[in-house]
Amino acid sequence: MSFPQAARLLPTDRVALFVTCLVDLMRPEIGFAALKLLEHAGCQVVVPPDQTCCGQPAYNSGDRAAAHRLAERVLEQLEGFDYVVVPSGSCGGMIKVHYLELFSDDPSLRRRMSDLAPRVFELTQFLADVAHVRAVPGSAQGSITYHDSCSGLRELGVQTQPRALLSQIRGLELREMGDSRACCGFGGSFSLKYGEVSAAIGDEKIGQIHATGAQAVVLGDLGCMLHLEGRLRRLGDDATKVLHVAQVLAGELEDPS
Amino acid sequence: MQIQSMHFKARAGEKLADLRLQKNLKRLSEKFVGSRARVMQEIDFETTRNAAVERRDRTIERLDMWLEIFEERARATGATVLFAESAAEASQLVLQIAREHGARSVIKSKSMVSEEMALNQVLSDAGIEPIETDLGEYILQINENEPPSHIIAPVIHKDKEEISDLFAKVHGKPRLTDIHQLTREAREQLRPKFMRADMGVTGGNFIIAETGSVAVVTNEGNEGMCTVLPKVHVVVTGIEKVIPTLEDFAVFARLLTRSATGQSISNYISLLTGPRASGEPDGPDHMYFVLVDGGRSSLLGSEFQEMLRCIRCGACMNHCPVYQKIGGHAYGWVYPGPMGSVLTPSYKGLENALDLPQAATLCGECHVVCPVKIPLPDLLRKLRERQFERHLRPWAERAQLALWAYVAARPHLYRLVASAVNRALRLLANRRRLIRWIPFAANWSQSRDMPAPSKGTFTARYARWSTQRDLAKSRTS
Repeated sequence: MSFPQAARLLPTDRVALFVTCLVDLMRPEIGFAALKLLEHAGCQVVVPPDQTCCGQPAYNSGDRAAAHRLAERVLEQLEGFDYVVVPSGSCGGMIKVHYLELFSDDPSLRRRMSDLAPRVFELTQFLADVAHVRAVPGSAQGSITYHDSCSGLRELGVQTQPRALLSQIRGLELREMGDSRACCGFGGSFSLKYGEVSAAIGDEKIGQIHATGAQAVVLGDLGCMLHLEGRLRRLGDDATKVLHVAQVLAGELEDPS
Repeated sequence: MQIQSMHFKARAGEKLADLRLQKNLKRLSEKFVGSRARVMQEIDFETTRNAAVERRDRTIERLDMWLEIFEERARATGATVLFAESAAEASQLVLQIAREHGARSVIKSKSMVSEEMALNQVLSDAGIEPIETDLGEYILQINENEPPSHIIAPVIHKDKEEISDLFAKVHGKPRLTDIHQLTREAREQLRPKFMRADMGVTGGNFIIAETGSVAVVTNEGNEGMCTVLPKVHVVVTGIEKVIPTLEDFAVFARLLTRSATGQSISNYISLLTGPRASGEPDGPDHMYFVLVDGGRSSLLGSEFQEMLRCIRCGACMNHCPVYQKIGGHAYGWVYPGPMGSVLTPSYKGLENALDLPQAATLCGECHVVCPVKIPLPDLLRKLRERQFERHLRPWAERAQLALWAYVAARPHLYRLVASAVNRALRLLANRRRLIRWIPFAANWSQSRDMPAPSKGTFTARYARWSTQRDLAKSRTS
């Protein structure tokens, strides 16, 4: 698989931040961390005001018509920007990869999407590959392990970028787990429909996290975060932190609210 | 084989609770995942699998033509080629062949298509003894015809101790614990059966149009006994297994064993062409091919056609996080794991396997390791679309999706709802900022807490934040 890289970032480029519905609802601080990172990288960031959801829940549940309607809205909101950045590999993959399939029956939408798709990036991918960030604002002490969330890894090729960015934080020790590429068991609606299987897969991941002895697991998708944190806490582990890579890179580890 | 896929959820739960099974399933990743990754480095995986895809697609596009060529060439070698529209028809054909040759016992090497056909049952019912000679399949057969839980390693769900107990009980001999001794005991049991069998049945990894041959890839050598000793050899396989040339086989052979068991090459690869000709030292007097459709042709020209590329290596299940936790039996039919979750609803009806397309995290690893690049996550998603269209999902799920889609298309309403949900979830949280029980999501909170949301949605906080920033800017300027 090859993942084409975009051209160099220009100071005049307008970057849209698509925060995702889950960040909006559950962890606004991830959205703010992403904003801080992008501005720190010298971007002109715009948060398109009418953003809601990329439509992935409908798409993965087989409701193609609903997914199509939402995708059309998202395309309209985002196509005017030079870049679109999403702090989630899963929603990023939905927009960048699956919208093209979703619009396969409509040549005009597909053309517009083909034009936008190369400019859509997962946050760490944008920071590392497009903005060429050499120094992130975050500072932290301690040990972390990084989990590669599935869609970011396999649909977008996000793997080296978060690690390269995290390595810029002095004092942060990255301890790789056994199989960081293995699914954590979240799977969107899968976690609701097959909760027990989902949790059992999560336990494998938690075993790997614990084996590293790291103080925190860092990842790039809030869905997987809620699943892993929820399972860790249910198992009685209140110590292992579950952090979004944007929070760590931006140095926004506590929610100020 | 009777389909049991409707019981997926209950059976998955049982499998999770079976600690012994959980331990045994760990061997899957230890044995197959690691060794596959290692031996795949011997070849250029991407280039080889692209070649394989191209060859598979080209053949499947003209499946009728290649089957006709195969039929003609195989007949020219003296073999008989029979086509069966359904799996049931195929087992009747095999039964007829057995009767024609007066067979009383039939030795079999491993064949998943014969599982589709419920061949052992059909033969037994007709008073003909079927004998599984693949060690794994033999173990299952003497365990009251237990179905296989994996297409390559049928007995992966059992450990040595269970097999020791089973052998002692069934063979009526002292309990053995050494694997070599156990294998020897199975051989001793099987040897006389090999010698007196009247007919051999094997599967076929590929049938080759150019030469009218069948390629059988195995590790145990039992296939040789099944195809050389008895007077009659019957190959049962799917119609999609035809490949044009021996050169094509060379490409698939490079991928098959590496993907399946992590071996550069299997212990045995047999290319069998026709019955014994005059002057040849060995081989059966009669050779038959029973080529089964059993739903395969319904995928031709459909959005699921890519599934016909499948070469039955099992890599998708070995690498599937769901399969790794529940094993194969929960899937409820012949083929488990991701490939089974596409095949079962396709062959047996969408309405008979409602869970299977849903019971996947769509992590994509199956697609990454597939030697013929079948986009399994996309195919599972398409099956979900067909389920949705046919109103095969629960009304509550439908209603939730419709409500959510309605709200998500209306930003103002969406903001109100998001703020309300944000507040409601915080009210449900305990002092540790965890929600122990969430309404409408019992399946989540049964095994997980839900971390409470932070205070206020991003949209609300961003609006305040940007107003303040604008204010601060206007003061300083």
